Amino acid sequence: MKVHEYQGKEILRRFGVATPRGIPCFSVAEADAAARSLGGPVWVVKAQIHAGGRGKGGGVKVARSPEDVHTHAQHILGMTLVTHQTGPAGRVVRRLLVEEGADIRKELYVGMVVDRASQRVTLMASSEGGMEIEEVAARSPDSIHKIAIDPSAGLRNAQAEEIARKIGVPEQSLAAARALLQALYRAFIECDASLVEINPLVITADGSVLALDAKLNFDSNALFRHPEIVALRDLDEEDPAEVEATRYELSYIALAGNIGCLVNGAGLAMATMDAIKLYGAEPANFLDVGGGATPQKVTQAFKLMLSNPAVKGILVNIFGGIMRCDTIAEGVIAAARGVDLRIPLVVRMKGTNEELGRQMLASSGLPIIAADDMAEAARKIVAAVAGK
Amino acid sequence: MSILIDRNTRVMTQGITGKTGAFHTRLCREYANGRECFVAGVNPNKAGESFEGIPIYGSVREAREQTGATVSVIYVPPPFAASAIDEAADADLDLVICITEGVPVRDMIATRHRMRDGKTLLIGPNCPGIITPDEIKIGIMPGHIHKRGRVGVVSRSGTLTYEAVGQLGDIGQSTCVGIGGDPVNGLKHIDVMKMFNDDPGTDAVIMVGEIGGDDEETCARWIKDNMSKPVVGFIAGVTAPPGKRMGHAGAIISGGHGTAQEKLAVMEDCGIRVTRNPAEMGKMLRSVLHS
Repeated sequence: MKVHEYQGKEILRRFGVATPRGIPCFSVAEADAAARSLGGPVWVVKAQIHAGGRGKGGGVKVARSPEDVHTHAQHILGMTLVTHQTGPAGRVVRRLLVEEGADIRKELYVGMVVDRASQRVTLMASSEGGMEIEEVAARSPDSIHKIAIDPSAGLRNAQAEEIARKIGVPEQSLAAARALLQALYRAFIECDASLVEINPLVITADGSVLALDAKLNFDSNALFRHPEIVALRDLDEEDPAEVEATRYELSYIALAGNIGCLVNGAGLAMATMDAIKLYGAEPANFLDVGGGATPQKVTQAFKLMLSNPAVKGILVNIFGGIMRCDTIAEGVIAAARGVDLRIPLVVRMKGTNEELGRQMLASSGLPIIAADDMAEAARKIVAAVAGK
Repeated sequence: MSILIDRNTRVMTQGITGKTGAFHTRLCREYANGRECFVAGVNPNKAGESFEGIPIYGSVREAREQTGATVSVIYVPPPFAASAIDEAADADLDLVICITEGVPVRDMIATRHRMRDGKTLLIGPNCPGIITPDEIKIGIMPGHIHKRGRVGVVSRSGTLTYEAVGQLGDIGQSTCVGIGGDPVNGLKHIDVMKMFNDDPGTDAVIMVGEIGGDDEETCARWIKDNMSKPVVGFIAGVTAPPGKRMGHAGAIISGGHGTAQEKLAVMEDCGIRVTRNPAEMGKMLRSVLHS
């Protein structure tokens, strides 16, 4: 789960991470009030969307007077911000963060992620702040320093200071940098984060160490113990179909193609998408119905797929295993009838009672095309959609 | 022959009285030698009771002492799954298989750290389990699609593993291991591959991976230098978009890494016969067996 920058900073401040003072705003009037309350002489008006690259897209502006704040807020609120992370459609800006300006002397990068190989939280830091870390990693990998943090000891003083020195934190700011890094780690652990990124972390003219930006993602498996984080969820930033899917315990992701696919299991769902592509078309979605493909769930899944107007055909690929194929067939028939399906439907089922399931589909009176294996299923749906 | 488990393995179920644990323990007991293999259940609130004839103990240690079980399978709900693994590891079991999906990563980091010096091996979490066909099945996979034989299967996913097994048709399997789709887990592809390499009952291996992380690459490099048996590979997610979690917590392309193309290229470079067609895993395996 993702949160906005201002929400991330509020969380980090609770753990003692220093940030500039700032106020979230939902209207130009609120931005005006925020500018007055923060005082000058410099403010920064920042678009709040769940995507990086906001500055380059024109979503971050420096203001040198309250009038500037007003003008920028007016311009940014409601704009469709396109960055390398939003896709070409961009994202409408509905929230702002108005912050006091900082007198920046140095821009650094720090981030924390879970490293799968060492099975630890890894702290990454670089002297090259303000740039995409992937670019830095590609261009000058030696400038990125890493520490895999021992889960029982935490981030030790010496480790934090050593990495701070390596990225160029001046001596007089070392203690502050160490405290900030340790606070970041505490926040990461206690909030069940999956990613914390401060880009840039800045050293100011008076030697303070501030998180100028904050990107926090959280482990969705752990949200059950963090109602305070769940409350920060902004549904405007999520695909409505994906949100709807989670209500029925379906895992759905919209894609750009025109063949909807309904599969049980994430790996098989991805493989089915790959097969569609291999046979010359593009999948319209990823959809994992999980273990219990009940008629209700399958019907919801059909509705979701069909809510995408680009869908011109549907491929159902269920490896039943323990689930019986007649139960699956019942679900598919009920769903196809329920949504008054008018586009080609190819069904491939494997498991117990396969023959019975197939008979049920054949005698349903619905224009269902049966397939024996995954290759045949993909070939048939691609051909049907192409009108062959 | 097989790896990790066989007809002589004795198993306890942690979470035997829950809906999923009860259902699958029943199916596992009905499979092959299951009646002899599944000897204990664990539930601190139901110690002294029994589940359809299987005695329930208050702790893993007690279940081990009373029945000699050295393997545990876990179905307890996500918030308690990591402590269940800890308990099994503290009791020095040989192997723990955690089926539970949705275990918080932070819990798994702590649990893996605790396990670092112990002897207990972990499979999962979020995995279908392991099966040595016609001998023993521990987990949620459909037993009837499997056939005893000499091909090893190792995979990060569930139903896609069944798909691979289904495609093998009359070519049987030595052991099929589902290592699970979580970012922080127990045995990785490389660990299972080493076991298959050492197993005289395995002639070839199918390795099924998916986007995210670099476990497949690590395994591929090991195969290049060490593996004496042919390996066939498939990676799911060529069409997966970056930055989106594809069902499994670990199946996500982040920072441009972990793409299917990247993995397939490394695997190919390391001498693994890869197919980009998920419908042809079985066919490819057949071709390496007969060449």
